[in-house]
Amino acid sequence: MSGEDFDFLLALLLNGASIGMMYALIALGFVLVYKATDAINFAQGEFVMMAGLIAAAILGIEGAPLIAAIVAAVAIMIGFGFALERVVLRPLLGRPVVAVIMATIGLAAVLRGLTPVVFGGETRALPLPIGDEPITLGPMSLAPIQVLGMVVTLAFFLGFNWFFKKSRMGVAMRAVADNQQVAQAMGINVQRYFALAWAMAGIVSAAGGIVWGSMLGVDVHLALVGLKVFPVVILGGLDSIGGALVGGLIIGIVESLVAGYVDPYVGGGTKDFVPYVLMILVLMVKPYGIFGKRRIERV
Amino acid sequence: MFHREAGVFKTTYAADMALYPLPIAKRTVIILAILFGVILPLILPEYHLSILNLMFIAIVGALGLNILVGYTGQISLGHGAFMSVGAYTAANLAVRLDLPFWLTLPAGGLMAAAIGVLVGIPSLRIKGLYLAIATLAGQLIIEWTINHVPAISGGAQASIQVARPTVFGYSLSTQAHLYFFLLFFAVLAIIVTLNLMRSRIGRAFVAVRDQDIAAEIIGIDIFRYKLLAFAISSFYAGVCGVLYTYYFGIANYEQFQLIVSIDYLAMIIIGGLGSVLGTIFGAVFVTVLPLLLRLVLENVGSLFFSESELANVISGTRLAVFGGLIIVFLIVEPEGLNRLWRNIRSYFRVWPFSY
Repeated sequence: MSGEDFDFLLALLLNGASIGMMYALIALGFVLVYKATDAINFAQGEFVMMAGLIAAAILGIEGAPLIAAIVAAVAIMIGFGFALERVVLRPLLGRPVVAVIMATIGLAAVLRGLTPVVFGGETRALPLPIGDEPITLGPMSLAPIQVLGMVVTLAFFLGFNWFFKKSRMGVAMRAVADNQQVAQAMGINVQRYFALAWAMAGIVSAAGGIVWGSMLGVDVHLALVGLKVFPVVILGGLDSIGGALVGGLIIGIVESLVAGYVDPYVGGGTKDFVPYVLMILVLMVKPYGIFGKRRIERV
Repeated sequence: MFHREAGVFKTTYAADMALYPLPIAKRTVIILAILFGVILPLILPEYHLSILNLMFIAIVGALGLNILVGYTGQISLGHGAFMSVGAYTAANLAVRLDLPFWLTLPAGGLMAAAIGVLVGIPSLRIKGLYLAIATLAGQLIIEWTINHVPAISGGAQASIQVARPTVFGYSLSTQAHLYFFLLFFAVLAIIVTLNLMRSRIGRAFVAVRDQDIAAEIIGIDIFRYKLLAFAISSFYAGVCGVLYTYYFGIANYEQFQLIVSIDYLAMIIIGGLGSVLGTIFGAVFVTVLPLLLRLVLENVGSLFFSESELANVISGTRLAVFGGLIIVFLIVEPEGLNRLWRNIRSYFRVWPFSY
């Protein structure tokens, strides 16, 4: 392998890793909800889109500071998470899995449908004050937004690591995830922790929406990054937070590698295709992912 | 459907499973047959017939999805893609080999069934959420493949023009001609589904839905029946795709995107999971609702939105209303319109002496 080829490979790996970590950020919202409440959020991409739209709309107002946009997006997403749990998810407790899946699919349709009605159809910019000058490190270079994405993702993962290991609420949440009845018997208000999980998904989505929206521009198509969540979480294991990071990295790097090495031969677009093939293979061989908890079913 | 029986007098299982619970039910069916077969096509204008035609196509597809989701309990987010498989199979056969519809139609259905079984294979190891994600991947992979392989999609725009079908030498060029063509397939699909569900296969499907491990213990080969459900269901979807192709005169992947899979799920949830009558209600409702919304928004919406925005707003509202209805029905009335209809019927059964 000549030096130039090696540099190309290195650049692909780095780029893939940074995109992968940004996938992991979105996947984190999905995993938090699934781990705590056993509910599957098919609207994760729409959450991200909504947060990005709110931030962009506030930044669009003359003279509004960036911090206001971020705070507003986070606050609205937290409120939305609580409201959603109360209005939609709580009545569906104890119903078949399919019902919850369908409800979140319906929710995704509602959010996606209301977007052009409320915010209009055009793409909005979400400029962050970090410049466009690529940051170079030897032969490799990354856009500043990708570096920011990696930093935000790492911060969230470290933060949640601390939260679940050390804080009282985090430990209670793990108890709820482990066994709801026992948690209730120990005096934990299970309903409140369900709501908290959705609110936390809202916070993570707000961060994801701002980072992704700033990279891609904000419109309905931002919701499509949500579809990439599924390969990531299936690979990493649905209820594993570390798995989301590992799955995100794997999917990001695989995508970047096929885009670099396969696309020139088949005419492009393989990166929208390969993650799902990988996911089907994982589902057939190891359905609970790399770090997922295996469930044993009884009649 | 509309009768009021005086009590339950059935003494055998055969009587309980009969298609016509009472002689009067047969008469209801005859009246409906005359209404749809003779009266409506005579009095309705082209435009209304075209709406009925869309309903007939939707009924075929929704029945297929309900066999899988409502009766067998396996979720599929890939039915839009199965329809596209049927549509492109039939379009390619019709254009390249010049085959008539009575060959392309079953061919499209069988091809979709084969692909459906392939996508359904993971259902043997996984279920619920995992299956939803696997079929979602199936939808995205099939969509991508059709879009990127010119041999399937006919090159530019990924669409293939198809001539209208000819029956006994007549080309079905108008909506009124297509009406009888599509009515035939809708009725066929309804009859086949009704009979399938009271057969051994249908009972096995319901057993798998209710508790698949228990079903296996009492001797149902769930490997076979899950795949069979996927095959039958995607056969219906393929036929539905072929009918769309002949109806529009074109096979285009844009008619079969993920959003279509969700539309069809909306039909069976709003109509009623695991019910043929509910499926029909749902298909009718979901076909008519966007037309009503469009009518309302075109008259009222211009007050709030500019002309250019209105198209976006209409499609957005349609999507949002469907999503909202899915949620509302799931929370408030999980058995759908079919349950509402049964409530009305049981109210009038003893009316006016309600005790």
